[in-house]
Amino acid sequence: MEVLSQPWPWWAAGTIIGLIVPALLVLGNKHFGLSANLRHACAACFPANLQFFKYDWKKEVWNFFFVGGIIAGAIIASTLLANPEPVKVAPALATELQGYGITDYSSMVPTQLVSWESLFTLRGFIMLVLGGFLVGFGSRYAGGCTSGHAIMGLSNLQVPSLIATIFFMVGGFIMANLILPHIMAL
Amino acid sequence: MSNLKTLFPSGGEPVDEFQTDFELRSLDTMCVNESHLQHPWWYNLKYAAVGLIFGITFVKAEIVSWFRIQEMFRLQSFHMYGVIGMGVVLGALSVWLIKKFKIKTIHGEAIWFHPKKFNKGQIFGGTLFGLGWALTGACPGPLFAQIGSGAFVIIVTLLSAIGGTWMYGYTRDRLPH
Repeated sequence: MEVLSQPWPWWAAGTIIGLIVPALLVLGNKHFGLSANLRHACAACFPANLQFFKYDWKKEVWNFFFVGGIIAGAIIASTLLANPEPVKVAPALATELQGYGITDYSSMVPTQLVSWESLFTLRGFIMLVLGGFLVGFGSRYAGGCTSGHAIMGLSNLQVPSLIATIFFMVGGFIMANLILPHIMAL
Repeated sequence: MSNLKTLFPSGGEPVDEFQTDFELRSLDTMCVNESHLQHPWWYNLKYAAVGLIFGITFVKAEIVSWFRIQEMFRLQSFHMYGVIGMGVVLGALSVWLIKKFKIKTIHGEAIWFHPKKFNKGQIFGGTLFGLGWALTGACPGPLFAQIGSGAFVIIVTLLSAIGGTWMYGYTRDRLPH
């Protein structure tokens, strides 16, 4: 338990994620990909007669089960396997974040930036609502997200997935280094 | 692929899946495999079990931590590169083995792979996704895990991501691809 409660090293996490690819394939011919869930949610709840959402989402219901497992796993990890220590942050990042008043590392998210209260500030709105919108819009536009392109697509040696992964990183580098500092300063 | 015509909740006309379903899905979603096998619903619990392990890993390896994502995009830590790199190496090895030895599913079906086609969405959409990834510290999978780890306000982000996906569907014909 002691070992499991400590933050897991990259190689342990990488091994598990890498093995999820064949696990889903062998268990039932499923391709690892999570952003598809957002689309299935649209197809199930408000297809609005759009061609893009007119398909039999019930065939993809496995992915909702997969996500349900992720949520349950996250609950277990943050309760039974909880690490009492706050997340260790690189000193350079800690210094930078301190400049914006972010000093609480107890959660997976920076609670001083994103919380129910901050939702109604410009900064919180951008980080929560605009951020989510970009994730949902961008991943579908790109035809997949980190799991579908960066893990599954690259595992299958797909050049379009490599291109998508490169531009995921481009967008991330631009946001983190050039835009986010201005948002955090709001 | 099922021969059944399917009525959609929107009340739209039944669409012949042979005509449109696969075409649509092959372009846009990861799940294009069609199995003839029909299973009771609880067979899906095996995917929940895989998800459970994944969710624990997400939180315990801090992959869903906003701080780890910031470190990645600032080149301040090797952690996320190690996770993704290791995942790809093992994933690629697994796919290669499955193809080489024609490994079948536990139900005896052949395992299919579908090549992806390039379109400009991978550039434009990929960049937009990256902007959102660095902002929220989460891609679609970690959004669910962040909520599970107790950051309930991320439900707003998740709903917004579903809204973004819907908006893509709505504007799709007018976007460059």
